[in-house]
Amino acid sequence: MNLDLFWHYVPSLLSGFGVTVVCWSAGGALGLLLGFAIALLRRLRIPPLSWLLRAFIEVFRGTPFLMQLFLLYAGGPSIGLKLSATAAGILGLGLYSSAYFAEIFRAGFAAVPVGQIEAAVSVGMAPFDAMMRVILPAALIAAVPAIVNMLIILSKETVVLSIITVPELMYQVQTMAAETFTAFGAIFAMAVFYWLLVEAVSRLGLRLEARVTAYLAHEERAA
Amino acid sequence: MKPEVILHSFGYLTQAAATTIAVSLAGIVFGFAIGALICAARVSRRVWLRRLGGAYVSVFRGVPLLVQLLFIYYFLAEYGLDVPAIAAAVGALALSSGAYQAEILRGALNAVPRGQGEAATALGFSGLDIWRRILLPQALRISVPPLINEFILLLKASSLVSVVGIAELTRVSMNIASETYRPVEAYVGGGLFYLAINLCLAGLGALAERRLGEAGAR
Repeated sequence: MNLDLFWHYVPSLLSGFGVTVVCWSAGGALGLLLGFAIALLRRLRIPPLSWLLRAFIEVFRGTPFLMQLFLLYAGGPSIGLKLSATAAGILGLGLYSSAYFAEIFRAGFAAVPVGQIEAAVSVGMAPFDAMMRVILPAALIAAVPAIVNMLIILSKETVVLSIITVPELMYQVQTMAAETFTAFGAIFAMAVFYWLLVEAVSRLGLRLEARVTAYLAHEERAA
Repeated sequence: MKPEVILHSFGYLTQAAATTIAVSLAGIVFGFAIGALICAARVSRRVWLRRLGGAYVSVFRGVPLLVQLLFIYYFLAEYGLDVPAIAAAVGALALSSGAYQAEILRGALNAVPRGQGEAATALGFSGLDIWRRILLPQALRISVPPLINEFILLLKASSLVSVVGIAELTRVSMNIASETYRPVEAYVGGGLFYLAINLCLAGLGALAERRLGEAGAR
């Protein structure tokens, strides 16, 4: 493919990248919120509700993301849920990742030493205060590495959205490849681009992780 | 909602589930061979081999599977290799899974206590015997539960090979959806199959973890 032809596709590639970023961040944010809500609700241990939430997690972790997308996008209209491809993609990413985030937050809560909770109660903190000042900060920080990891996995899942015609980067590349008969080169460039992106996000994630868990290293050194 | 749709296409879905399992199984087995090689490179004494292994893992874990799959698919076409789509599908799954399995194996090797190898050396075991009799049996044991977990992940990832036209569960569910105009039933039906297979695998994983004791409980 000559360069002139490539320049012709630059705007659509850029807009595709924009859509990828929007889907990733919106889907990730939705997943984090939903997952956090699920983890909190599961802590209440209300029998039918916690069974339902457990089933939700098992279903969304036990089936392929692509299948969930198809169900949402193609099956949605027959249960009165008409979504654009992009909206279905974001909702799909959110639902799918919320199941994983819920488990991550659960593990985070489990990582808070019982002694700290007991100490908070014994110095007279109300349950709400103990939650806000003791349990939550420790649980969230314990969850950071796993959250970063899941967000990286999610950035790769955004590619799957191209299958339900969300106009994200992969979709634009495939369109370009089909129109210019340069599938091989285009997909190769795409692979390199994603690799760099994922590497960059991983590096950033590691730095963020090191920053928020820095106090743990101090503690270890002190101990 | 018409659950009959699922019942009517039950045979069709069962066949597709068998394809899904076969493709994933082939992917995990070839992936294991690749993973073992890459792991061997990563623990090698030669720096360039370690770098090569590290680069492989970074690339195949960093590039989305769908991109890898289409790349291989078009790569074969570009060079006029008349390979069936199934080869591209299994190849992509194996190459990608190989990177993850290499890390699982490396982790398992690292989990074998150092003293074991040192003790074997002190007792006069040859280098090959240390690997064959001391390190590998323990490392493989430790790696069974995470390998089963990887199989579950691969089985779900195998839904992507529907894109190159393999008649596995996702593809067949799509076909049923478009033939019956009942997408909800079709995808719920296909999803139930995935769920059933994965629950069995998860049970197997839990069993393996219990059987292999503390060593495998990581």
